[in-house]
Amino acid sequence: MAAALALVFFYAPLDASQGFVQKIFYIHVPLAILSLCGFVFGGVLAIGYLRTGDRRWDMRSYVAIHMALIFGIAGLISGSIWAKASWGHWWVWNEPTLVSFLIVLLLFATYQPLRFSIEDPERQSRYASVFAIVGGAFVPLNYIAVSEATAYVHPRVLTLGGAHLPPSMGLTFVVALLAFTLLYLTLWKYEMAAKNARAQVRRLRRTLLGDDSVRPVGRSAAPS
Amino acid sequence: MRTALVVLRKDLRLELRTLETVPAMVLFALVTFVIFHFGLNRPSIAGQLAAGVLTVTLLFAAMLGINRLFVAEREQGGFDAFLLAPVDRTAMLLAKAAALYVFLVVLEVIAVPAFKLFLLGPSLGRALPGLILVLALGNLGLAVIGTLVSAIAVHTRARDLIGPVIGLPLLLPALIATARAAGPLLAAGHAATAPPGRWLLILALYDVVFALLAYAVFDFLLED
Repeated sequence: MAAALALVFFYAPLDASQGFVQKIFYIHVPLAILSLCGFVFGGVLAIGYLRTGDRRWDMRSYVAIHMALIFGIAGLISGSIWAKASWGHWWVWNEPTLVSFLIVLLLFATYQPLRFSIEDPERQSRYASVFAIVGGAFVPLNYIAVSEATAYVHPRVLTLGGAHLPPSMGLTFVVALLAFTLLYLTLWKYEMAAKNARAQVRRLRRTLLGDDSVRPVGRSAAPS
Repeated sequence: MRTALVVLRKDLRLELRTLETVPAMVLFALVTFVIFHFGLNRPSIAGQLAAGVLTVTLLFAAMLGINRLFVAEREQGGFDAFLLAPVDRTAMLLAKAAALYVFLVVLEVIAVPAFKLFLLGPSLGRALPGLILVLALGNLGLAVIGTLVSAIAVHTRARDLIGPVIGLPLLLPALIATARAAGPLLAAGHAATAPPGRWLLILALYDVVFALLAYAVFDFLLED
């Protein structure tokens, strides 16, 4: 992570037309890519839950989507700042990547309210998994529909023909992407460990102090 | 297949006797046309604007039907009875989607002529077969996604809120494709007689993918 930041600030050349602001590219693009991948990842983990019925899969899927949502909002804000700096507007509609990203974000913003409004924990995980799978499949389809509907203004940096970047920028970008992937995975593991630890503490307290002295888990969006 | 037909027939008969959902959808659509007339402050509209008004009205009217789709099953214990019967659970998806499709067709048979009468400027004659094709494909997406969303939302506490909040983002690609495909058909002057193939293709792709997805995950929504 530190290496990536160092590369961003000291190694990568300043962009000829945009200057310093272009540096946000190394933060914004990995955030956005990871957020979309996180949603799909959450969907894949949810398949695991539906196949096995093991609550841990549901927890993994929940944490993946939760993290992706945070990354997505950060990506949207950083992208908005960049758009203001380079296109002169905070928001532009004729831009498929932006619009489809917003739609996906709006969809997944309903993930937690959905969990909240189902009381039975088992049904909660099952419905949330179904939602996660549908949402994961929705990400690419939505992108196709929106990109057909609008013209391009986003810089086509990563096309199928390969990256259109000078090598030094390319290297920095790859390192930044890698760093953010590691950050995502670390946060994911950390959150998982925290949730597991909390569940274990509850179980221990219950055996030590008896069932009545431990308050039951309140209604929560998070699987426990 | 036979189970699906039986459930479908039950749903249609229920609707015919109570006249609860479809008349409300139709009235809602008509009122929305009037609202659009005053909101846009125009005697008549054409082209993409007309297509947008028509599709958005149909989408919101469909949302009403989607909210009501499983309410009777839940209140009268239809779910339990269905689960006790030794039948394939996918039959429920098939039956409910077909029922919703029929509701939408009835809605459109009334709402589209009313739209022509109230708002649409150019005549509809030559574009009608194309429009029917577009709406038929659009209905398929609405019916499948609507059934899925309705089945998720019906067991939540805030089901009237959760349904539209999940459903609208999921239906956005279908809305885009339907509106864009219908746009040229409703244009003033030389209206196209055939809808643009690209949008029909996207709409069909969307329908197929979500139909398969709904088929795969629907079982888990009925388990109890």
